[in-house]
Amino acid sequence: MPEHRLKPLTPLGHAAPETVTIGPLTITEVVTTALASLASRRGRAADVAAVAAAQGIPLPGPGRVAAGPTYTAFWLGPDQWMVEAPFASHEDIAAILRPAFADAASITEQTDAWARFDLAAADLPALFERLCGFDLRASPTDAATRTVIEHLGCYLVRRTDTALTIYGPRSSAQSLHHTLTTAARSVY
Amino acid sequence: MIINHPLLGPRDAQEFVYFGDAALIARPDGLSEGAEATFHDYLYLRDNPAGDHRELWYHEQGDRSWLVVTRNTLTHDITAVELARDVARHMGRGR
Repeated sequence: MPEHRLKPLTPLGHAAPETVTIGPLTITEVVTTALASLASRRGRAADVAAVAAAQGIPLPGPGRVAAGPTYTAFWLGPDQWMVEAPFASHEDIAAILRPAFADAASITEQTDAWARFDLAAADLPALFERLCGFDLRASPTDAATRTVIEHLGCYLVRRTDTALTIYGPRSSAQSLHHTLTTAARSVY
Repeated sequence: MIINHPLLGPRDAQEFVYFGDAALIARPDGLSEGAEATFHDYLYLRDNPAGDHRELWYHEQGDRSWLVVTRNTLTHDITAVELARDVARHMGRGR
């Protein structure tokens, strides 16, 4: 094996993840999550549900997120979910999930396609009514959806009343981060 | 404009892409007798109603589902929104 001296960079391009505090809001770049999308194959929804239950993977309904002990999943579309797991133990998440689901589901590695930013503040809807068309104020605390932020298709995943996660395309991480900080400065 | 998505609730029309007449779901069989004439009609002939119009919308910036939206072309009132796959199944399609 040749020795690799490549240095891993975060989505924002630094050696370590960045945290920004603007008034009451904290924006944290998170690199400790492994992601895989799970799509049930045609007519195999019941098999997927059974395997997911055995593996401890929650399969929430439309527009929702649900957390389990290891896996957290949010709904992407009919019979499709995004599965999150800790990067330290599940770096190769697709290879871990694939044997369990066998030919009942299609599983795609998604970890490095996305940049994850965690936002925490008391009044997040005030920020998001400037950022996207999704009505965060009217949504339940377990809402998870895809919407447009600054022309970028992003996933918005609520964790609690005062904390949520945004997944944006990793190649546009700096643009998304710039948008979040700019909007935050005008709100807070 | 707000489209009341059957799964996700009211969503901004900005997240959707308009595709056209919902009759496009019924794609004719290209190997059948007289396929050329039926494909000509399928491709080029559209009703242009002043009133209720059933049309396809794609939730591109959302869950990527295809919807059949009934919209009044005079008032832009949306009276019904269905998942296109449910509509196709009601028409006897298997997928």
